[in-house]
Amino acid sequence: MDSLLQLLKQNARFTNQQLAAMLDTTEADIAARIKDFEKKGVIMGYSVILNDELADKDTVTAFIEIRVTPQRDCGFDDLAKTIMMYDEVESVSLMSGAYDLAVTVTGADLKTIALFVAQKLSTIEGVISTATHFVLRRYKEKGIFIKQDKNIDERGLVSP
Amino acid sequence: MIDYDKILNKTIKEIKPSGIRKFFDIAQEIDDVISLGVGEPDFPTPWSIRQKAIQTIENKRTIYTANAGLESLRKSISNYTKRHINIEYDPKTEIVVTVGGSEAIDISIRTLVNPGDEVLIVEPCFVCYSPIVSLSGGVPVPIETKMEDNFKLTAEALKAKITDKTKLLILPFPNNPTGAIMTRKDLEKIADVLRDTDIMILSDEIYSELTYGRKHCSIAQIDGMRERTIMINGFSKAFAMTGWRLGYVCAPQPIAKQIVKLHQYAIMCSPTVSQYAGIEALDNCEKEVQKMVNEYNVRRRFLTDSFNRLGLTCFNPEGAFYVFPCIKSTGMKSEEFCEKLLHSKKVAVVPGNAFGESGEGHIRVSYAYSLNHLNEAISRIEEFINELK
Repeated sequence: MDSLLQLLKQNARFTNQQLAAMLDTTEADIAARIKDFEKKGVIMGYSVILNDELADKDTVTAFIEIRVTPQRDCGFDDLAKTIMMYDEVESVSLMSGAYDLAVTVTGADLKTIALFVAQKLSTIEGVISTATHFVLRRYKEKGIFIKQDKNIDERGLVSP
Repeated sequence: MIDYDKILNKTIKEIKPSGIRKFFDIAQEIDDVISLGVGEPDFPTPWSIRQKAIQTIENKRTIYTANAGLESLRKSISNYTKRHINIEYDPKTEIVVTVGGSEAIDISIRTLVNPGDEVLIVEPCFVCYSPIVSLSGGVPVPIETKMEDNFKLTAEALKAKITDKTKLLILPFPNNPTGAIMTRKDLEKIADVLRDTDIMILSDEIYSELTYGRKHCSIAQIDGMRERTIMINGFSKAFAMTGWRLGYVCAPQPIAKQIVKLHQYAIMCSPTVSQYAGIEALDNCEKEVQKMVNEYNVRRRFLTDSFNRLGLTCFNPEGAFYVFPCIKSTGMKSEEFCEKLLHSKKVAVVPGNAFGESGEGHIRVSYAYSLNHLNEAISRIEEFINELK
């Protein structure tokens, strides 16, 4: 991956000045490259990585495996598009393997999500079956460790 | 009741405790400190090296090796030095595998130094040379390097300290704590001073793989220097293998022959599992090392730029994983700066004078930490500096 994108993935709030120093170039060059990435749609937006337990205790996330019947002419695309239109749905991916679509859904509680799956997702034409897995705890998200109680840097202050 | 004070070795008692240790002890008393003090890589040892160690244990290779180390490892070391610095050492007679670079330093100094011999130590530097020289009955003679020389050793500074008692020059580049390196040109000037003398060189090249922008040059590569150079290297820094305790000495045969005697009586042999893993490191892990170097380089530029922007002048360090900014603009001494920073912002860095008097007015900052960790530390240091104004 491009070195600038790699840095922005680690921390999108690095200033252009910092990025320029890190990549041994000018601020103007960094600004131009970011603009170009945005224009081309490589960078689609900027977001935060939240520790949900702290930010919003009342959110539940579930991974849902969906098996579907591909439609004539458009394969899986139409079904994926239908599913992604729901606000509850955070991500939709087409998968290889035992099922077809992987969907991430967030809701206020287990019941809300269960109802959403039962009433909305399962009833879409072409959906054969669903399997819902609730997230109990997240340890790492987008390469960032979700803070645990214990310090994960095990290096002691050792020196001669 | 035994009077322990009477029975203890006098020289040992007189040795000052390490300045880094002293500061870490303070830092450990404080909660939620973010540290920039650690001198070991934050990367894990590359997987293939760990796997080799697991296999070694599974195959029950957990017995002593030859005193000087596995012959196959010594061959790998010989090939590695040939590849990297274009010097050939005979695996049978010129290489000794040690318990980290630390043991290599210890036994090399003790093998050379007679009571009364003067040993030139380029400062600021790693803290162990001087105590070991003193324990051997030698006299440590510091040679100060300066920021205006980019903390390089100059021929003039060297000449000024040479006497007829000078036995050995300790040359620690790439340097901990300054991050300074010596280029071939710099080393040639040093070589010119030493060429017609009997002065030996202990070249501690533990950070040789961690250079940025140009390749490491060993003084042993310069005309006439191989015969007087004891070259020390190890696996801790380049391959992120600190806990494996594996290093080595390369020296002319008459010296290596005596070094191995000391090693065999004190240590017997280096850890066998580590030695097998070391072969994998040298033979197959150049790509992994390069990845780590690239990452260090980004952090290095980030820190150098950040400190310069804060007005803590930081020369461009081209090696190791430390930056050594000057804090004189704050009007504080190194220790005062570090203690205040620690108490008010909970950031731990090491005072420069822990590495010799010439380090006064500087702090050592390690970048063996993630960018986000460094970024957080820099924000706190910025707050600290702003509150001083």
